[in-house]
Amino acid sequence: MIPFGAPIWGIERIDLMAGLLQQIVSGLSTGGVYASLALALVLIYQATGVVNFAQGEMAMFSTYLAWSMINAGWPYWAAFAATLAIAFVAGILIERIVIRPVENAPVLAIVMVTIGLLTIFNSVAGWIYTYTVKPFPSPFSSTPIKLGPTTISLQDLGVGGVSLVVLIVMYLFFRHTTLGLAMRAVVENPMESRLVGIRVGWMLALGWGLASLVGAVAGMLVAPLVFLEPNMMSGILIYAFASATLGGFNSPGGAVLGGFLMGVIENLVGTYVTFIGTELKLTVALAVILLTLLIKPTGLFGRAAVSRV
Amino acid sequence: MPALLEASNLEAYYGWSKVLHGLDFTVEQDKVTVVLGANGAGKTTLLRAISGMIRTAGEICFAAERIDGKAPEDIVRRGIAHVPEGRGTFVNLTVEENLRLGAYVRRDKAGIRQDLDRVFHFFPVLKEKSRNPAGVLSGGEQQMLAVARGLMLRPRLLLLDEPSLGLSPVLVTELFRIVREIKESERVTVLLVEQDAVAALELAHQAYLLETGSIVTSGSAAELRENDSIRRSYLGY
Amino acid sequence: MRASRSRSRPEPAVKGSYALKQGGQFESRGTRTAARRLAPRLGLLLVAIAAFLLPGVLSSYQTFEFTQVFIYAVALLGLNILIGYNGQFSLGHGAFYAIGAYTTAIMTTRWDIPYPWAIIAAGALSLVVGFLFGLPALRFEGLYLALATFALALATPQVLKYFDSWTGGSQGIVLDKPSVPLGLPISADQYLYYLSLTILVIALVLAHNLLRGRVGRAIMAIRDNPIAAEAMGVNSALYKSLTFGVSAMYTGVAGALGALAVAFVAPDTFSAFLSINFLVGSVVGGVASISGAIFGAAFIEFVPTYAQEISRAAPWAIFGFTLIIFMYVMPTGVAGLIRRLAVAFGRWMAGEEPAPQAQAAGAEATENGRTSVRAALSKPDLS
Repeated sequence: MIPFGAPIWGIERIDLMAGLLQQIVSGLSTGGVYASLALALVLIYQATGVVNFAQGEMAMFSTYLAWSMINAGWPYWAAFAATLAIAFVAGILIERIVIRPVENAPVLAIVMVTIGLLTIFNSVAGWIYTYTVKPFPSPFSSTPIKLGPTTISLQDLGVGGVSLVVLIVMYLFFRHTTLGLAMRAVVENPMESRLVGIRVGWMLALGWGLASLVGAVAGMLVAPLVFLEPNMMSGILIYAFASATLGGFNSPGGAVLGGFLMGVIENLVGTYVTFIGTELKLTVALAVILLTLLIKPTGLFGRAAVSRV
Repeated sequence: MPALLEASNLEAYYGWSKVLHGLDFTVEQDKVTVVLGANGAGKTTLLRAISGMIRTAGEICFAAERIDGKAPEDIVRRGIAHVPEGRGTFVNLTVEENLRLGAYVRRDKAGIRQDLDRVFHFFPVLKEKSRNPAGVLSGGEQQMLAVARGLMLRPRLLLLDEPSLGLSPVLVTELFRIVREIKESERVTVLLVEQDAVAALELAHQAYLLETGSIVTSGSAAELRENDSIRRSYLGY
Repeated sequence: MRASRSRSRPEPAVKGSYALKQGGQFESRGTRTAARRLAPRLGLLLVAIAAFLLPGVLSSYQTFEFTQVFIYAVALLGLNILIGYNGQFSLGHGAFYAIGAYTTAIMTTRWDIPYPWAIIAAGALSLVVGFLFGLPALRFEGLYLALATFALALATPQVLKYFDSWTGGSQGIVLDKPSVPLGLPISADQYLYYLSLTILVIALVLAHNLLRGRVGRAIMAIRDNPIAAEAMGVNSALYKSLTFGVSAMYTGVAGALGALAVAFVAPDTFSAFLSINFLVGSVVGGVASISGAIFGAAFIEFVPTYAQEISRAAPWAIFGFTLIIFMYVMPTGVAGLIRRLAVAFGRWMAGEEPAPQAQAAGAEATENGRTSVRAALSKPDLS
């Protein structure tokens, strides 16, 4: 480990570059997880102005459901697909049943409802599955693959790859389907959307469903790395918050980029800034949030929302 | 000619204040009906009452079916397109996306494609800029986009809310020329709300004059053009 | 005092000073207003006496539980001032509680400083940290404040474990319970009970006076209409940061007392769930109320004790449901409900008609001058 600020020469420099690249590449893998969860947050935020504090716990709970299926003998990808379906439906139901009664309340009141959901999901998971840490299988083995000067494990590649696939599918959905177009219209102008016949309430529910689905992907991808336990997503949620803040809550693309950035930042800071190491990761996320809000509150790619006074 | 839309004793409320006081009017099929009035007379409110955006009392019948009290999404599905005041375009979506949204409730892909071409025929500038975000269009172009989006529904009734607002006289003439062209080649009933009485009366068959939420005069467009006092107050000569 | 109402009333039960009103009816006026003013004060006195005598009938553990209620009440008072009266938000007050607790722990065990000074230092440090955190925070919308404070809450245990040379790391610090001064014939637990009760009463009085005065009005003006407040010359930035600081100070003092009462601090006690705990307490009691802090504190202290008998998970599930239900139906919390009931009762006693239904949505937001969470947190409608 090279102390921060020391001069680099010659061979050390080549090693440093290779090491740097290594950290960046593996950071992109966890970054995919952060990007997915950040996208889920932004989906709901853009449609409703609410940040769903329960996004992480919902993802955790979905992962537990997948675990139950795998434990019962289901093949991995079957459990994966079934979990996505359940998460999707659950997201829709939660929006229609729990959120809808307060949808006209101020944003922070709805946020408190999501915090209530957070504690419920967390405690029910603990109750059903206990707090003992469980291993979660990965469909990718950890065989290392050489990619030029760096080595990456198949696992990391798989995680990054699946995240990328999900993100691309989401992008295609929003750009090229009528439903996606309707959702974008609702985000921009709910009242106008009603005038073309869009049922805004169901679009919001759809947003929650998709967010829940994407969150479930994130949960299942990260569980093999951090092991399955009820509190596994809390740190990842904070990193997702930081990703969305950094990229811009108003910009899905920005949030995704922010996610990959956060993955890289996490790795680089953890490796190269010795006094932080790996034990203060959450402080790093907090610092990113505070710094972004101080310097450019709308994030790197967000647009300033014009508030009508 | 049968009445496509009929309202009796229509009242409308913003919160607790009543803004429309017991209106009775009809909109005849395949004709252009215009509602005139000064600012604040309640013209926009009238359209909002029809498209279900505000709370109403009284009856509104569309093609012999009661639509008062229904949600805007359902009223759209019955074939009423509302082109709102201030255009209501989705500025971050492209022109073509805006138009496709106009046809959101329709299922017939071929028909939608056809209508898209028809709309590009009436508004060639939209075809030019179809891939641009709607926000980069000028005011006049956005107004055309809004009307075009309304037409994409293939509506039985088109509600136009002050289309001339914010447009230069040249553009107003152009727009109304296109509306006339549409009226003549398509079968669409139009309820037009306007402050620019001169242009509107040229186009219309039937006219109503609204003053602080009540209809003070009604008749054929020709009659209103002749009426001296109206001419002086609203047409300025 | 409505003459038309009293026509249908029977002879007033309380005879006192009478005044002749229109129509020849007699109206008991002076006594009723005096009674209205006296009743709450009498009630308060009774409660104070009960609180003073309580340790006599309680076991040692129960005394500790009530001590904890008083401590939480001080913490919630801080949170209420921030959320209910100033319209800001915090999901990170557990961090300030931790600052207070660890300051006390370190000062009393490492540096042998007597605990009264430690408590004061805890309050001062929390004030400063809260103020500094509030400075940039005032630029954030409530939602971002929620995010930032949540991150703070989640980061706290990690930070506490990291600086283990100061904090004792995961193993924490064991404190000595304060010894009973002046040789009073009470146990250490009972002494802590009275100490916490005294500090609670001081905190309540301070908060009450603060909020009733000019500063309080400025704070509430910022909540209700920040733009108008600025226009009237209220230095929003300064007040918001100060409020954050004061709010943190209350919670820090509570943390100090908490450390002394439990005689132990460890990082995992100060997790994000502590902050959520406080939020639940605030909401249940009533965010824009001083008495609500006590109801909320009782809720978060006693409910888990009984709920845990069902299962380890039950308390948090209950808290979650409680948060949600309270957002739906009781945004003004228990204090607001009691106030509404008291007003309804008072009207019934006076033979008046029940309160008219709120005409506009705006009336719903303030019930008898107390603001609900939803209203406290909403942006004013300026359109």
